[in-house]
Amino acid sequence: MTIRIDTGKCDGCGSCVPACPFGLLEVIADKARVEEGCTLCGACEAVCPSSAISSEEIVQAAPASDEHRGVWVFAEQHGGRVKAVSYELLSKGRELADALGTELGAVCFGHNVADTDQLIACGADRVYLVDTPELADNQDELYARQLAELIERHKPEMVIAGATALGRSFFPRVAAMLKTGLTADCTGLDIDIENRLLLQTRPTFGGNVMATIVCQARRPQMATVRPRVFKKSLSNGRQGQIIKVDFERERITSRTKLLGFVEALGEKVKLEDADIIVSGGRGLGKPENFKLLEELAGALGAAVGSSRVPVDEGWIPYAHQVGQTGKTVCPKLYIACGISGAVQHLAGMQTSDVIVAINNDPSAPIFEVATYGIIGDLFQVVPVMIDKLKRE
Amino acid sequence: MNIAICLKQVPGTTAVKIDPQTNTLVRQGIESVMNPFDAYALEEGVRLREKQGGRVTAITMGPPQAEAMLRQAISLGADDAILLSDRAFAGADTLATAYTLAAAIRKLGQCDLVICGRQTIDGDTGQVGPEMAEMLDLPFVSYVSRIEEIAGGHMRAQRMIEEGHESVEMPLPAVITVTKEINTPRLPSLRGIARSKSAQVPVWTAQELGVDTGKVGLAGSATRVVKIFFPQRERKGEVLQGEAEAQVECLLGKLKSGGLI
Ligand SMILES: Cc1cc2nc3c(=O)[nH]c(=O)nc-3n(C[C@H](O)[C@H](O)[C@H](O)COP(=O)(O)OP(=O)(O)OC[C@H]3O[C@@H](n4cnc5c(N)ncnc54)[C@H](O)[C@@H]3O)c2cc1C
Ligand SMILES: Cc1cc2nc3c(=O)[nH]c(=O)nc-3n(C[C@H](O)[C@H](O)[C@H](O)COP(=O)(O)OP(=O)(O)OC[C@H]3O[C@@H](n4cnc5c(N)ncnc54)[C@H](O)[C@@H]3O)c2cc1C
Ligand code: SF4
Ligand code: SF4
Repeated sequence: MTIRIDTGKCDGCGSCVPACPFGLLEVIADKARVEEGCTLCGACEAVCPSSAISSEEIVQAAPASDEHRGVWVFAEQHGGRVKAVSYELLSKGRELADALGTELGAVCFGHNVADTDQLIACGADRVYLVDTPELADNQDELYARQLAELIERHKPEMVIAGATALGRSFFPRVAAMLKTGLTADCTGLDIDIENRLLLQTRPTFGGNVMATIVCQARRPQMATVRPRVFKKSLSNGRQGQIIKVDFERERITSRTKLLGFVEALGEKVKLEDADIIVSGGRGLGKPENFKLLEELAGALGAAVGSSRVPVDEGWIPYAHQVGQTGKTVCPKLYIACGISGAVQHLAGMQTSDVIVAINNDPSAPIFEVATYGIIGDLFQVVPVMIDKLKRE
Repeated sequence: MNIAICLKQVPGTTAVKIDPQTNTLVRQGIESVMNPFDAYALEEGVRLREKQGGRVTAITMGPPQAEAMLRQAISLGADDAILLSDRAFAGADTLATAYTLAAAIRKLGQCDLVICGRQTIDGDTGQVGPEMAEMLDLPFVSYVSRIEEIAGGHMRAQRMIEEGHESVEMPLPAVITVTKEINTPRLPSLRGIARSKSAQVPVWTAQELGVDTGKVGLAGSATRVVKIFFPQRERKGEVLQGEAEAQVECLLGKLKSGGLI
């Protein structure tokens, strides 16, 4: 992974040298040179006046992998219910499969899973279902082995899963077993039809830089995809086939054992699933003031989020933190109260459909991403909102 | 109990900023830091050693400059540090990184627990820990927020998932990744600082690791970054005017007509 410097075009002007965030560029004998460690961040490319630097690698045709065909979605469930992200992925998977002229498979592991028909209604041509008590709970090791086996047997060319806690911890194991590439936490998926390549786009550097990644030579191409990026699509007339796969309990075993599960308390609405989120930051001033936000959230049917400051101060539990080191959310409406809009916070919420910012500092960066900005004191604005909403 | 901690040197977050005029990354005060999550991994390892005895070894794969971070790890309580550095390692994706780290842990021998951070702040994939566990054929638990008990060759730990937390048990040796809830990292001790200055930090190259050079670095990577771009933040925001009353009136009107509330 490195940029390419066209020595024919480079005139040694040195503009790129200070641009590299990692200090990897130097000019020797009037030509720029890059040391190892380049992350392809593109900063140098943008400043070169001679267009001598290019960070786009040439995508080569994948070597013959004709035996791999089909797009698969791993359909995660919790407590026997298929998770929303699975339907979102099927909708995207359907598009990818149609573009490639191939089938869409869904793989579902669990026990007494209620809504497998929905997987077909939401796009799958085939559902590979392993329904057994051992797989009732999300078990990394069992899931990884079972999925790797199915992939080896049926050879799909692409397999995607939700970038959930489970997806992000068991998918890498599968990729390692199959010695193939895995792209994390994608927010965009496209197809290079000619080369049958999945173009996987993901945010990095806390959402400041987008990278498009491909897995050229190995199959399947694997990616985890951020929840709430794609929209579910349902068509009830769809036909499909449910294939029940036997669980081979003698062979597929796990060394890790799940002893118990404690549901997170104090969170009435799950942040990740909420359509509306009301978030508070340092501007709230003290823990008691979260009551005000809870009241607003109550009036809107919203969940309560937070920037990192209130979490660090102990005003609200970590489960509410939105941002690079907290949760990534994408609600229809995100209301930020007394949050400045640091990049690490934006990383967790900037893809929300509509963002409202309430802040008394007109220069707060949150206004750069806000759809609607209210410059004012949140202690005046929020009570008026609650009042009006309650009166309706 | 012998513990290996995997640490990565990353650009300090504040260093990666967008210049709004040119829409490129600008660097203010070039600085590389220990990946913030890895500080929790290190602290947990040091605490376990303080209770159970043994040695804590800090390992990183990176350019020669990463030695500074390893010395920092020693100042924070690591007993030993090893730098995996070779031109052949450059450009690694997570598969090649995990392969190289796994080879180092094998060479180290006698390791009861490998601790990683939950993810880095640059590559940000969180894949290295679980991929390495698979390559070492060890049990693995991600997002560990508490180690409840280590006894009889087993470990019981709490892991965070979306819906709450799970309690899991596994035999050692094992690999875990930790979240920041697990502890509060200490500051370097004076003794640690002194040690960090005099300690030997061996460098292991591809040859010393005995790895297949086709499986490390760019050559061993399955993924390629083919394009980098900056997200468009061109939301044309609208600032609502007037007193609180008027602002709220206007806002609720817009949200209603947008079908949002
Ligand atoms: C590695 C790393 C990871 C991080 N991860 C995260 C993360 O996941 N999530 C996160 O949020 N942060 C994260 N941060 C922290 C982040 O950089 C910011 O420090 C944090 O987001 C700031 O929180 P804030 O906006 O609440 O506070 P501040 O930046 O202090 O902003 C408070 C705002 O409230 C406004 N205000 C004050 N009083 C009022 C009032 N009465 N009415 C209206 N407005 C008022 C002020 O004008 C100000 O804009 C991380 C930082 C690092 C280094
Ligand atoms: C913009 C961009 C996007 C990328 N996207 C992908 C992608 O989607 N898929 C992919 O396979 N690769 C990707 N890479 C490459 C990846 O960042 C590198 O392989 C990197 O060396 C390790 O991955 P990470 O930073 O994501 O680590 P993570 O997997 O997030 O790290 C988890 C933990 O593993 C340990 N660890 C990680 N790296 C090291 C190391 N070098 N030495 C010691 N311990 C370590 C640390 O304990 C760390 O906390 C990308 C790189 C860039 C620059
Ligand atoms: S792409 Fe980024 S990391 Fe690579 S040389 Fe250019 S500025 Fe440096
Ligand atoms: S900015 Fe372009 S022309 Fe100038 S030294 Fe760098 S690569 Fe060469």
